[in-house]
Amino acid sequence: MTMVLMDPTAELNPDGRMPLPKPKSLNGLTVGLLNISKPRGDIFLDRIDDLLGQKGIQTKRYSKPTFTRIAPTELKQQIATECDVVIEALAD
Amino acid sequence: MSQYVLVVKEDCETCRLLASLTKRLIDELDITIYSQDNPEFPAGVPVIDDTELEYSFNHRLETVPTLLKFENESGLTELERTEGWDRNEWQRLTGLNFLEDLPAFRPGCGSKTLDPGMLDQLAVKFGSADLEARRLAIEDGEDEIEACYDRGWSDGLPLVPPTELRVVKMLQGTRRAPSEIIGNVPPDYAPCSVLKVAVNAVMAGCKPEYMPVVLAAVEAALLDEFCMHGLLATTYFSGPMVVVNGPISRAIGMNSKGNALGQGNRANATIGRALQLVIRNVGGGKPQGVDRAALGNPGKYTFCFAEDETNSCWDSYSVEKGFDSQDSAVTLFAADGVQGIVDQKSRTPESLCRSFAAGLRVASHPKMVMAADAFLVITPEHERVFRDAEWSKTRVKAELESLLQIDGAELVMGAGGIAEGLPDKFADKVVPKFRAGGLNIVRAGGGAGMFSAIIAGWGASGSMGSVPVTVKVGH
Repeated sequence: MTMVLMDPTAELNPDGRMPLPKPKSLNGLTVGLLNISKPRGDIFLDRIDDLLGQKGIQTKRYSKPTFTRIAPTELKQQIATECDVVIEALAD
Repeated sequence: MSQYVLVVKEDCETCRLLASLTKRLIDELDITIYSQDNPEFPAGVPVIDDTELEYSFNHRLETVPTLLKFENESGLTELERTEGWDRNEWQRLTGLNFLEDLPAFRPGCGSKTLDPGMLDQLAVKFGSADLEARRLAIEDGEDEIEACYDRGWSDGLPLVPPTELRVVKMLQGTRRAPSEIIGNVPPDYAPCSVLKVAVNAVMAGCKPEYMPVVLAAVEAALLDEFCMHGLLATTYFSGPMVVVNGPISRAIGMNSKGNALGQGNRANATIGRALQLVIRNVGGGKPQGVDRAALGNPGKYTFCFAEDETNSCWDSYSVEKGFDSQDSAVTLFAADGVQGIVDQKSRTPESLCRSFAAGLRVASHPKMVMAADAFLVITPEHERVFRDAEWSKTRVKAELESLLQIDGAELVMGAGGIAEGLPDKFADKVVPKFRAGGLNIVRAGGGAGMFSAIIAGWGASGSMGSVPVTVKVGH
């Protein structure tokens, strides 16, 4: 059954959880490129890596062991500590 | 002509006894019959189904049967009601004669609205529409505790999810209207209603009976002289400490004895936490946001205790501040953490005061003076030394004040090889450690242990920053 909660805040922000604000620029940030291990994800990410590299933006590459399961906690923690933003290649 | 309403339930012997009367009532009166359990009861007459109990709740039924009499000239105004079966009363209300019909008197049964827990559920169902707070749906499969974290409401520890039922129950702890605005909470200066305090009190884990204390604490925090905005925004360690005096601290089971400053007592833990959650959620004050504390202190989760007033040889703090000993009062102090003072040898007040003074001298920094106020929490075993010598609290304070007159040469910049310190012009002066009225004493703690505690305050204590404030606890 759906549980209804009463908002404890001053309701100055919109209902629901907001995504983090998008960075205005990638300059100076580290971009993680996450391959979830679906076919051809590497081709997409290679091209993104190349384009970001041309702009002088630092990248780091990561892979999930398998697309069939959620990312291991260690991998999520590693990405969170090493990167500012992540681009994920989701589909084949 | 008067109108009547009769509320019954089949599961009541007196109501069943009256069933034989209902045909006659319908024929001779302008009457409507509501049934709380079986809409087919009483048989053979028109009955309104009140199995949802909306009518019974809205008319605050306590007993069935209840006969209500209304005046219908200017809308329906209830004139009077009679509960159970009392033939004389029924005759008086209806003008009918029941002489031969039934026994003279039969008590009724409890209204279904008073079944265990029912009143709270009905309050949510039929009485919460005027509770003005946004409703947030937690979907199936979503963990409600995690949902509270995800929305940024938590101080880091799990919260009790603020369901409507829990909030309605919390509001029963106060007579104040849910919509009443207590004040504007910094740093956003958002208006704070009694309802929003209740929602945060639920999340903190409070019981409804704590509400008057929580409300007084929030009121105190919003007093200008407490300077909550500055206290939140400072890089200093401090946060609000709550001291509760008077009968309510005992009534709600607060701990003023062993481990009074520590964990383990629900009222102590949750009242202080509720205040912090109001500042976080209503005011929008969050660490690394407007809260710029360099380190903070663990008391910023919660810091609340009661003064031990039983068998004390001294007036309590609130009595010193002019409140009656039978008043309950809440004091807020912009406090850092706890610094212990161990003295197991002193048996004279002079010696013990010297120990206290030596500890107080280093509060904030040994060379910092007239900056931070302090509370000295004296335990019963230390108090006994003063009791035996018949020293009043005033005398203890005066002794400490005289012991804390410091030679300016020890305080100036560079003195003792420490760059921190006062300007050179103080070198030939004597400077008190605390501003006038800046040192306060309360009594708390367990019966064994010759330890007391210094709770130093914000470096901006006094009129330039924060002064301790005391507010009477209402209902």
